[in-house]
Amino acid sequence: MRVLFVVLGMLLIAPLVQAAPPSVAVEPAADLKAFRTNFRSQFPDLLLNGYVNGPYNFSKSERTQWNQIMEFPPYEFALQEGKELFETKFPDGKSYASCFPNGGIGIAQTYPKFDAISSKVATLGIALNECRDAHGMQPLNLTKGPPAAIETYMVHTSRGKPIDVTIPDDPRALAAYEAGKEYFYSRRGQLNFSCASCHVQAAGKRLRGDVLAPALGIAAIFPIYRSKWGDMGTLVRRFIGCNKKVNAQPVKADSARYRNLAYFLTYMSNGLPMAAPGARP
Amino acid sequence: MISPESEPRPAFTPGRRYVLKAGAAGAAALLVAPAFAEAADSDIVKANPKDYPLQAFLQKTEQHTLADLYNKVPEESDKITLDAPEIAENGAVVPVNVSTELPSVTGIALLALDNPYTLACAYKLPAGTMSDISSRLKLAKTTKVIAIIESNGKLYSTSKLVKVTLGGCG
Amino acid sequence: MAYTILIRAMASGGTTTVETLVKHPMDSGFVKGKDGKIIPGHYIEVIEFAHNGNIILTGYWGPAISKNPFSKFSFKGGKLGDTISVSWVDNKGEHTSTSAKIM
Repeated sequence: MRVLFVVLGMLLIAPLVQAAPPSVAVEPAADLKAFRTNFRSQFPDLLLNGYVNGPYNFSKSERTQWNQIMEFPPYEFALQEGKELFETKFPDGKSYASCFPNGGIGIAQTYPKFDAISSKVATLGIALNECRDAHGMQPLNLTKGPPAAIETYMVHTSRGKPIDVTIPDDPRALAAYEAGKEYFYSRRGQLNFSCASCHVQAAGKRLRGDVLAPALGIAAIFPIYRSKWGDMGTLVRRFIGCNKKVNAQPVKADSARYRNLAYFLTYMSNGLPMAAPGARP
Repeated sequence: MISPESEPRPAFTPGRRYVLKAGAAGAAALLVAPAFAEAADSDIVKANPKDYPLQAFLQKTEQHTLADLYNKVPEESDKITLDAPEIAENGAVVPVNVSTELPSVTGIALLALDNPYTLACAYKLPAGTMSDISSRLKLAKTTKVIAIIESNGKLYSTSKLVKVTLGGCG
Repeated sequence: MAYTILIRAMASGGTTTVETLVKHPMDSGFVKGKDGKIIPGHYIEVIEFAHNGNIILTGYWGPAISKNPFSKFSFKGGKLGDTISVSWVDNKGEHTSTSAKIM
């Protein structure tokens, strides 16, 4: 009799535990290949590594101005401040170096990472906050200010290293990646633009006075000193700005939306050399 | 190390010499001056606020600006090179360079006719300083930029239209 | 605020090129803040560059100079051990100076 109940029970819950198979397999590596091919067929003369220079591949005049500005890059102050902050000891005697492999030097190109324990994507900024939290300190702003300066320093130690974001064969990581990808291609806001509308379909073209950077390589330069901000800003600062620009409602900087988008977008630049920190108009 | 094929000249190339504070480490180190830097150092020449040509910076025409600054009127010269973009990438940071072959240059100035105030900056050059200066200007809108050179007591000028467009990216 | 001045000087062929990046808001007085109120003008007025105590350039700046101003110029002379100094004063009377030796 008991056996009958158990069998009945198993038959009842079987459909529930059997996860519905994904309608489309998530294949980041295939996506990456297609992403690159799409751009490279659009711009056959552009070398792959050159994509990190974004808009400057498409306007000689802007490139000249950028070279002039880069002669003494405007992010120099943040770089220095960031190094000092990075090396400053916490109240408990430890420092950021204790939270990262290789003491945090030359590792920024591996972010964002999927955190198997929290089941979330961690950008470098989020990892810095988690480090602070682990040492009894308050989290800091993810978009600008001192944390952006620390990131500025950390990415600088990775300059030239190929971007190397890992998407483990873990359904949670794949789901996060896929969510980021979906976001990238979904239209939103009053202007009804998706990220792809500007940075894929209109890449290299002008939006009024601005030249649109291709999405390929765009993640390689952050954080950036933006002339418009007169200040440093992280990738998520720009996500929020872009949301506002298309009149879409932005969300909190540490939200899953932006983490997952950063995951997808940075992965799409895997293999390209880190060219951060950057300077843009 | 992978370098983008089109990476700009890196900020720190080996072989350059840097002005460094004693004790600063590494070729990439730069001088940092905290706000409380050495006041006692006799080699520092302090900026004197009394020297400031305040009236010149309040003028709204080329004529009045130059009258206040130099009490002269310029003649156009093709011996001045004004390097400024045709279209500014961002009106808040416009790289501008002025250089000239004119002799005995004692003054260089930059004017932006359609800025709220015309005078952007003015420099006094002692003998031995080359007449080649780079700055980054804020231009409120599309404007004629005028470079002024004071050479052998006379004033010369050249100009260039710099377009400032509205950005689209927000 | 910490007013940093970054200096790079290259000496070659009897000429020294000086590049500086000066941390300063250079607020023009024409821009409104997030609260809708005008941010008051706050900009460097006079900047003095010297080599071994001798003036090599005097700059008179106004609100049309970009934030965190960059300058580049050259002068005849300069060698290892010489001093380059930079000193500025702004419209609020704030000032900063620094000097360093060519290494």
